[in-house]
Order: sequence, then structure tokens, then C-alpha cells
Amino acid sequence: MTDRMPAWADAILVPLISLILAAIFSAIVIAAIGENPLEALELMIEGALGSTYGWGYTLYYATNFMFTGLAVAIAFHARMFNIGGEGQVLVGGLGVAIILLYLPLPHWTVALVAAMLMAAAFGAAWAAIPAYLQAKRGSHIVITTIMFNFIAAALLNWALVGPLKAPGQEPATPRFADSTHLPTLHDVFSVIGIDWSSAAPANVTLFVAVAACIGLWALIWRTRLGYEIRAFGSSEPAARYAGINPTRIIMVSMLISGGLAGCMAINNVQGEAERLVLNAAEGAGFIGIAVALMGRSHPFGVFLAALLFGFLYQGGAELALWMNIQRELIVVIQALVILFTGALDNMIRMPLERIFLTFRRRPDVPKPDRKSTSAEAAE
Amino acid sequence: MDFLTTLQVLDSSLRQATPLLIACLAGLFSERAGIFDIGLEGKMLVAAFLSAAVAAVTGSVWLGLLAGIGASLVFSAIHGLASITFRGNQLISGVALNFLAAGLTVVIAQSWFAQGGRTPQLMAGGRFEPIILPGALTSSSDIAQAGPLMQLYSELISGHGLPVYVALALVPLTWWALFRTRFGLRLRAVGEAPEAVDTAGISVVGLRFAAVVIAGVLCGIAGAYLATGLQAGFTKDMTAGRGYIALAALIFAKWRPWYALGACLLFGFLQAVAIRFQNIDLGVVEVPVQVMDALPYILTVVILAGFVGRAIPPRAGGEPYVKER
Repeated sequence: MTDRMPAWADAILVPLISLILAAIFSAIVIAAIGENPLEALELMIEGALGSTYGWGYTLYYATNFMFTGLAVAIAFHARMFNIGGEGQVLVGGLGVAIILLYLPLPHWTVALVAAMLMAAAFGAAWAAIPAYLQAKRGSHIVITTIMFNFIAAALLNWALVGPLKAPGQEPATPRFADSTHLPTLHDVFSVIGIDWSSAAPANVTLFVAVAACIGLWALIWRTRLGYEIRAFGSSEPAARYAGINPTRIIMVSMLISGGLAGCMAINNVQGEAERLVLNAAEGAGFIGIAVALMGRSHPFGVFLAALLFGFLYQGGAELALWMNIQRELIVVIQALVILFTGALDNMIRMPLERIFLTFRRRPDVPKPDRKSTSAEAAE
Repeated sequence: MDFLTTLQVLDSSLRQATPLLIACLAGLFSERAGIFDIGLEGKMLVAAFLSAAVAAVTGSVWLGLLAGIGASLVFSAIHGLASITFRGNQLISGVALNFLAAGLTVVIAQSWFAQGGRTPQLMAGGRFEPIILPGALTSSSDIAQAGPLMQLYSELISGHGLPVYVALALVPLTWWALFRTRFGLRLRAVGEAPEAVDTAGISVVGLRFAAVVIAGVLCGIAGAYLATGLQAGFTKDMTAGRGYIALAALIFAKWRPWYALGACLLFGFLQAVAIRFQNIDLGVVEVPVQVMDALPYILTVVILAGFVGRAIPPRAGGEPYVKER
């Protein structure tokens, strides 16, 4: 442990510096296109956090990113890189749409549970094939999950212009029944007398997402399965030697990952759109990668990073409204975060480690034992 | 379907296959040297944008091409820095570059041209003009009258932009460079056993950077052709997954140049068919156009699964090289 920096620096300082670097580069981009970065930041904060309406959108996006971030994080623990979140969300949405369209459900609580089960099952199923191919055939899971994103998009296109299409021009399903409508935060907070904007889409799914964060934390650090997943992720040969079945760990971690990604659909399909539309995931599956990297694959970190990206997403929408800055600026920030926290991690870590080693106090050097005292005596 | 229609579909296949083929060869150089390149898509996209932007402003397709290659090289440099110098995760770096391209191109395009994230339509000098080979017919009515051989020559072989012919020439060139030169031998070795290359006193870092630079130049050409040859200007997300299809073709081709030509022509053909026909009626069942869209990806998964011949990537692919101390 002598040549490493303290755990808190690794968990907090490295992501923080990455974030600051990403922010600086984003500010340069904004300045380069002739806008004022400080003004933009002010507008983002005002738009995303300045009202319950803004918060309602921020939390809605954050809910999406919690699911996809957790999905990427659990796969990271097993050293699997699941880029397929986007496709798993789309297919999860298909599951939600099928059950809400064809099964008359009496109350939103029943509908929520049913939709959640379907979303998780469909998302997990979509992750199962790449997982199986990785475990049994050694096909690289990154490539197969990317391919499955495109196959999912084609599947959804087909379903929405074909069997599930509502009458009319738009490629979308009919609206779900009113009884399946999820209470928004406005409905929830009005019960306890807090006035919350009724226009924002944040809904009870937020609580499901927070529960998922806690549940996943317990799974990773408080169960035997979580231990096996972490052991497999840190050293496959060691895990194999300890009697852990690699196929089982790859399958289970990817099924959980796909299921979590699929569950995002209850937020955007059942909660917000209340029907299935084309490109329903809107890139949230990919943002999960940035969220998981930023959150260091820890569920609490994912929670915080999801809030941050929810803020960025809503703030970015405000920028597009009020300044001549396209919404795609968020994609740039997302890319920079992935670049700095994921790929250029060592660029930040190496100098930081050096600084910590330089300032390390002397007593950390191993205590002189008998031999060295005799050497001192000889001097 | 008559002969001329078949020719027209094949003609369109060749055009669609060109950016795939150049990007696929870019990936071939990079991955043979042990650097996974998921960022083909992003490099093509920045190249497409900057080439279209410069060609629109200057009116010269050549300056556009240079600018496109330059943009792609900057992205290559970031990828090299992350995956070679700082020994980061090559997959994550590629993913980041794809998003960086998707975001930056739209933000900058809007700021420069204020046309909703696209560049202006390119005029004559700003595009790669079709090259009419000697003796080839040009008007479609003449071609319809001509004999089958003349039709084949005029419709399929003649009348493409320069990058199409360049792409075809690149295949034997790549094969020769990789399998018949000292540089190629070392490049392949660095993707299989970098420690052996290092032991022989050859720079692993240098070779890998060389491969990444070559990939950057090729992606630049591929992206420039997309915006200044296949289409007349840049539109948001115009690569539309072509970088990933090229990656799929690379796996399909098992990291070999001639196979890459075959794979890209096949995937180009699928795209051409999907553009020309919507749903295909096979008599018994009607194949929806979405199946055509998904087919390259499905085929790649099948190949990766190893049911139809096993695709084995370069052994040291994706792993940063750490010199023993």
C-alpha cells in the first residue's frame, strides 16, 4: 500500500479533476463558438435547478441515467463492458408496451410491477445472447452488444411501423390506458402539501431507481453473489481457482445489467410518453457509460453522477432554447467525461500519485528493524 | 429484375461499399497493430463535417479532403495518446471519440452555418465528380440502348468519383504493405506479440502510433467521400453507423484485406438493396426492409459466435504494452 494514494483521493479526487477538465474543455468549445461560458452555466443552473419545473426534468433524466448507469456499473464489476444499454432500453420498452397495450391492468401499482417485470425480462433477454456468446464462444461482448443495439433499433422500427402501430402517420403505439398512468412528483408531493410543478415528467419511477441503487449496493458488497462477481472481475484465473463458475458469473452479471437497463423503460415509456415511440431511449443507454465511469461503478457514485448528468441534460435543453448553442453540447460534455474518467484516467492518476508520494510523511516508510539499527550503529 | 436494374443496384452497392471499405482498411491497420478502434465512426464523422465545411467555403474538394484527413488525424492522435501513451482502455477511448464527433460536428456546424447542424449544399467544384472512363456512355437513354457488355462498362465500371477507384486500389496495396514489406511484418508482429518486437529493438510505441496515423488518414478519406462524393454536404450523424458496419466487416473478413473487400461489397449491396427496394416480396414471405438494415449486424454476430468459421482477433489486441522492468 505504500506506493498508492489514499482511497479517498482515488474515489473523489480523480473523478473531480476529470470533471473539471471536461468542464474547462466544454467552456473552450462554448467560447470558440462565440458564446459566453459563464452566462451559459448560469442559464443551465437556473433552467435545471431554479424551479420545481426544472428539477422535475432534471430528476426525470437522472432517473433514466441511474438505471443505465447501474447497468454499466454491475457489468464493470465483472469486467464486462456492456455498450448495449441503448438496445436493452429499447427492447425493455417493447416489453412495457406489449403488456400495457394488451393486458387491462386495474391500477397503476399493478401496472408498475407488471411493466417492471416485463421491462427487466426483455432487457435481460436482449443482454443474454451477447453474454452467452461471450461465456461459451468467447465472442467479444463489446462488439456483440454494439451489434445488438443496431438490431434492437431495426426490431423497434419494424414493430412501430408494423404490428404495434397506432392508426395515423406517426410510427408509434397507441396510448396506454389511463389506469396505467404513473403518479408524477406533483401528485406525490401534493399529498404532503408541497407545491410541485405539474408539467415536469419526473414520476414515482425515481423512487424505484433509488431503491435499485441501494439494492445493487447490497448485492455487490453484502451477498455471496456480489463477492463472486467482484472476485471474477478482479482476477478471472483466481476466481476460477476458487471454484467460481465463469459462465455463471458472466451470465448473471449481464442479465442483471440488461434487466436494469430495460427497467429504464418504465420511466420513459410508461411514465413520460405513455406510449412507445421511435428512438425512445434518446441515447440514455450510452450516457450510462459516462455515469458509471464517473461514479467509479459504485451505486452511490452512480446516483450522484446520474444527478449531475440529469442537470446537464436539462440545462443543455435550456441552452438550446435561449442561446445559439445546440443541445448536442451535452454529447460533447458526455464524451469528454468518458474520455477523461475512462480512457485518459492514467493521465490524471499518474501525476496525482506522484504528488501524494512526494508529500507522504516519513513514518510511512517501513519501521527500521534489527538489521538496520545495527547498520546505524555501524555508522 | 432485368439486367440493367441489376447493374444499377450493383453500381449503387459499389458506392455504398466505398466508405465502408476505406474505413474497414483503416481498422485493419490499427487492429493488426493491436489497437482496437471503435472510433472509426467518429473519425469518419469529423472528417465528413470538416471536408464538407471547407469544401463549401473554398469551393475546392481537394482542400476539403485535406481538412477532413486533418480532423481525423487529430482524433487519431487523441486515441493514440489515450491507448498507447497513457495505456488507457482502447474501447472506452473509441466510444468517447464517437460521442465527441457526434456532438462537436453539430455544435460547430450550427455556429458556422446556422442551418440546423448541416453544411450548405456543395456546388460542382466542391464535390468529387464522376470520372468517365474512355469510351463509356453517359446518358441513361444511350446506356439503355447499348449491349450488355457496354452497359456493364458504362454503368458499373465507369462514372464513379475518384475515391471509389482509390478504395479498390487500396485493397492490394494494403495486402502488399502488410504481407510483403518489413514494415507490415513488424506491424503484424506488434499486434500478436509486442514483447518480441520490443526484444528485437524495434519501438512498439512508434509502430502502434504509425498504425493509428494510417487509420486516421484512411478514415479521413472515407469521411470526406461520404460528404463530398456520396452526398453533397454534411448532415447531422450522416455516418449513420457506417463505422460500426466497417468494424463488423473487419471481423467478418477476419482481419484480412481481400476478405475485407468481399465483406464490404456484401454489406454495401445490402445497403443498396435497402435503399432501392422497400419490403422485398419473396413470394412466400415478405421480407421487411428492417431485416436488410439489421442483416450486417446479425451476420457479424453469427461470425463472431464462431458457428461459420472462427474469427480470431490479433492476440495482443486491446492490451496496452507495458515494458518489463
